[in-house]
Amino acid sequence: MTTDLNTILPEILLSGFAMLALLAAVYTGKDKMAPALTWITAGVMGLLALWIATTGEGTNPAFGGMFVDDAFARFAKVTLLLSGALVLIMGQEYMERRGILRFEYPVLVALASVGMMVMVSAGDLMTLYMGLELQSLALYVVASLRRDSVRSTEAGLKYFVLGALSSGMLLYGASLVYGFSGTTLFSGIVTAAGEGRAALGLLFGVVFMLAGLAFKVSAVPFHMWTPDVYEGAPTPITAFFATAPKVAAMGLFARVMYDAFGGIVGDWQQIVALMSVLSMFLGAIAAIGQTNIKRLMAYSSIAHMGYALIGLASGTEQGVSAMLTYLAIYVTMNIGTFAFILSMQRDGEPVVDIGSLNLYARTDPARALAMLVLLFSLAGVPPMLGFFAKLGVWQAGIGADLVWLVALSAVASAIGAYYYLRIVFFMYFGSEGSQIDSGRSPLLWGLLMASAAVMVLGVLNLFGVDGMAQAAAASLVN
Amino acid sequence: MLQIILFGPLLGALIAGLGWRVVSIRGAQWITTGLLFLSCFLSWVTFLSHGPETQHIELLRWIESGSLSTSWGIRLDRLTSIMLIVVTTVSALVHLYSFGYMAHDDNFREGEDSYRARFFAYLSFFTFAMLMLVTSDNLVQMFFGWEGVGVASYLLIGFYYRKPSANAAAMKAFIVNRVGDFGFALGIFGLYYLTDSIMLDDIFAAAPDLAGQNLHFLSWSFDATEILALLLFIGAMGKSAQLLLHTWLPDAMEGPTPVSALIHAATMVTAGVFLVCRMSPLMEYAPDAMSIVTFIGATTAFFAATVGLVQNDIKRVIAYSTCSQLGYMFVAAGVGVYSVAMFHLFTHAFFKAMLFLGAGSVIHGMHHEQDMRNYGGLRKKLPYTFWAMMIGTLAITGVGIPLTHIGFAGFLSKDAVIESAWAGTAGGYAFWMLVIAALFTSFYSWRLIFLTFYGEPRGDKHTHDHAHESPTVMLIPLGVLSLGAIFAGMIWYGSFFGDHNKVNAFFGIPAHHEASEGHAETDGHADTAAADHGTDAAGDHGTEAAHVTDLAEGHSGMAPQGAIFMSPDNHVMDEAHHAPTWVKVSPFIAMLIGFVTALWFYIWNPSMPARVAETNRPLYLFLLNKWYFDEIYDFIFVRPAFWIGRTLWKRGDEKTIDGGINGVAMGIIPFFTRLAGRAQSGYIFTYAFAMVIGIAVFVTWMTIGGGAE
Repeated sequence: MTTDLNTILPEILLSGFAMLALLAAVYTGKDKMAPALTWITAGVMGLLALWIATTGEGTNPAFGGMFVDDAFARFAKVTLLLSGALVLIMGQEYMERRGILRFEYPVLVALASVGMMVMVSAGDLMTLYMGLELQSLALYVVASLRRDSVRSTEAGLKYFVLGALSSGMLLYGASLVYGFSGTTLFSGIVTAAGEGRAALGLLFGVVFMLAGLAFKVSAVPFHMWTPDVYEGAPTPITAFFATAPKVAAMGLFARVMYDAFGGIVGDWQQIVALMSVLSMFLGAIAAIGQTNIKRLMAYSSIAHMGYALIGLASGTEQGVSAMLTYLAIYVTMNIGTFAFILSMQRDGEPVVDIGSLNLYARTDPARALAMLVLLFSLAGVPPMLGFFAKLGVWQAGIGADLVWLVALSAVASAIGAYYYLRIVFFMYFGSEGSQIDSGRSPLLWGLLMASAAVMVLGVLNLFGVDGMAQAAAASLVN
Repeated sequence: MLQIILFGPLLGALIAGLGWRVVSIRGAQWITTGLLFLSCFLSWVTFLSHGPETQHIELLRWIESGSLSTSWGIRLDRLTSIMLIVVTTVSALVHLYSFGYMAHDDNFREGEDSYRARFFAYLSFFTFAMLMLVTSDNLVQMFFGWEGVGVASYLLIGFYYRKPSANAAAMKAFIVNRVGDFGFALGIFGLYYLTDSIMLDDIFAAAPDLAGQNLHFLSWSFDATEILALLLFIGAMGKSAQLLLHTWLPDAMEGPTPVSALIHAATMVTAGVFLVCRMSPLMEYAPDAMSIVTFIGATTAFFAATVGLVQNDIKRVIAYSTCSQLGYMFVAAGVGVYSVAMFHLFTHAFFKAMLFLGAGSVIHGMHHEQDMRNYGGLRKKLPYTFWAMMIGTLAITGVGIPLTHIGFAGFLSKDAVIESAWAGTAGGYAFWMLVIAALFTSFYSWRLIFLTFYGEPRGDKHTHDHAHESPTVMLIPLGVLSLGAIFAGMIWYGSFFGDHNKVNAFFGIPAHHEASEGHAETDGHADTAAADHGTDAAGDHGTEAAHVTDLAEGHSGMAPQGAIFMSPDNHVMDEAHHAPTWVKVSPFIAMLIGFVTALWFYIWNPSMPARVAETNRPLYLFLLNKWYFDEIYDFIFVRPAFWIGRTLWKRGDEKTIDGGINGVAMGIIPFFTRLAGRAQSGYIFTYAFAMVIGIAVFVTWMTIGGGAE
């Protein structure tokens, strides 16, 4: 029992901290405490990430296999904790200035993070659902944090209703799987499903579970909430949505698919590949029509999840490793991009219109250059890191004989490059128009520059991320 | 020292081309010219001090890939040192000459004075590339120089970039040379393929073994040596403007006249001849290819001479004359007397550069009038130029005392070529072509002199009134070159075409060849051999002949020594020495006939040419239009190429590819974008519906198409 508790010590610590913080804030300065609490939460999450990264070793199942702590889980946890912490401090000033920095925000983010950590460590259908719901409930609330804004509440409500629908599907799928395999443990399911051909009922369960998970990673056709929520939620929260939960959801996706259904890869592979293609194309095509940069980033994230799914669909260790690397790079790019979006303002009011970036390179060449690097990276133009992320999943795809998928994704990537490059065009060659100023937050500036620098310098050795991703993938696929 | 010779011009080119703002235009001109004179001086030192032995200097490693190993290296032997002095001397003089010639140019506007620095930079760059070509000890470096001179030539022909005709001529030169270069490149590939090396020494060593091998391409099979020799010759044809690939040379006269003198008379165009001589160890084993070389050379000599008869542009006459003289050189190389080819190359460089510079001086004095019909009576106005041109003409037409070795440079070298042609083809086609060409050469050269310097002034009176002698900087080169045109032949006759002991010694060919030749010779015509040639060789050949074969066998795995190689059974040079008297006198008689005819046509009876042209109108037009080569090429190659290009561009690229891309990018994708936008209605039931539909589709897919049964 002690070892079990030791294994989930990071989750216990973070939830304990969240509850303590809630109590402390309620009984002291409430919202006045919020800025400090945000930094403290970010600090705690960062420390936890550091701790997990440095101490974790080997594969440690806990609670009879319901909870698994392995290299894969640790990789995902470190990524999501770090990105969560960064997004927290990134949005603090923005929210404070607009009077929406409530003390519940950091607490909710911390709880969502606990949910995510449980998700990527899930070894059982019940753990899975518990983690997923803990994360989702926190996110529903966070999405509608701006209670006086119609858009924000609408976004929260939509997310909640559709999230409930997807939860229902997931639960239905889980129950089918349980019905056919007689166990909720992934290790039991994988034995029951056997190798090769599975029973049709089990496959039905798999499809329903896939639908539930796809909703979380916003893969087509379960993506429709994404643009609305991204647009409606306050920008820092959008930034959070675009980063940590995506990592967690993809981690869970991989976890379920390999731990529970690793023997019937051939059966679910085609569904995942199909979702991947649809996501890439819809993300690329629909983004072209957007004028709101947050909506554009929503479609961008849909497309990027499509690429990451190629790694998953390949069903190999190389594929998982490529997917994890992809996610790490994707999160880094998004943090930089959202740091930029957060700094877009005119007369102190946030601006999200792409047209406002006209000739931005003249007012602020440094930021424009950093953004250019990030956009090129998002589009996957060599020699930016984003290209190597794509290259990794393509190699995995070709290795798994999914050449058609890789070819289609190259086409989608070419289409998608248009809307990224259009922003670059606006920034450098656009027409005269009302200018935006870009705030003076050194933190946002630093994150933007750091992220852009990573995109360029990371080409050298990816900062060793690929090595860690490989180790993580090795612990998952066996 | 060689490094200074080689890289001095490059340094000058870089300083003048990139740094003229720092050193001023004047400074750029002086630096390039100074460095060139230094190179020239050192080249002469090298030529006179360096013996005939072959010396290798490796500068740095270049390409290492698999078994391919290339270095920047210098191969210094007699062939190289001859080319060194030819290139650097003419180049230095042309640099000096350009001070005057390029001082004012109407092709450039006010404030564009930097053209002068650019011009000198190009000249120096050209010289560097040419030196790389001639000093190379491997084929890849030679190809580098080969292409380098091509680029410099392109830049200089198109130097007057505002003139469309100059730009067209530059492109033509470049494109026509591409054809030749393709052959050269294939030749290099082939040699590398068969010998696994691009080093000249390795190739020469392997040459005897190549003779028996075959190269297969598609279903054809070629004799390796023959095809490779032919491919290399195709490269030479392009550079040296031989028939079929000659069309660019006359057009290249669009460039400034100093360029014509340097590149299109003395140096670059002789690169082809140099290549054939350099590859003599290979060529010697390709008798059929060599007959083709002889045939093409003789035909070019004849063809260009006929066209030269009727041209009116002073520079074009000289251009065709160059073309024709290059044909002479190829004939000499083709019959296997490489030393004579080099001899003619050497003397021709002097007198042809001088003719060009003289023509430049006339053009300069006549305010850029180039049509000889508008000249006349300039003898008094341009006295120095007149005498220089006169010497040049005496040299090119071959004036000298028959049956002796006294005469102008061209007399000795051209007669040597003609005698070699007689010996090499047994008095056949090449010999007669060259004799007739000599007659024509004499005619058009004298015609040029008479039209320009004699008779009444024609054309614009104002121009004639203002005609003036050129400045001293332009006259000095003329003087120096005229020394070469007079004496170069007499001084080095023995070295290039004397008895073969001297030639062998000069080119560093080891004694056993000499002995074997002496041996074979005594078999063939022992009676004459003893008379004027090789008594020493004949004297002891009896003892040497015995081990000649051993020596030859012993050396079969090694590169032959010496700058050029003549196979043991190549006796053309010796036979040429024993040509009958009528053969030796024939070029002189041809020259006299040409001279008298020109005198009759242009001095005694100036109305004659018009009448002759009238009575033989088709022939006249045929010659005036250069045998219609340009028109035929235009019809066969240029137009179809344009048509293909335009079709691919308009139909293939613009309509199909661009149209397709644009159609997708501007029509199809936006349609889907709108569709996606409409689907994103904002209503929650739509979203939920999409999810349910998705589930339904996936489940169906799984049921029907999936692995499940």
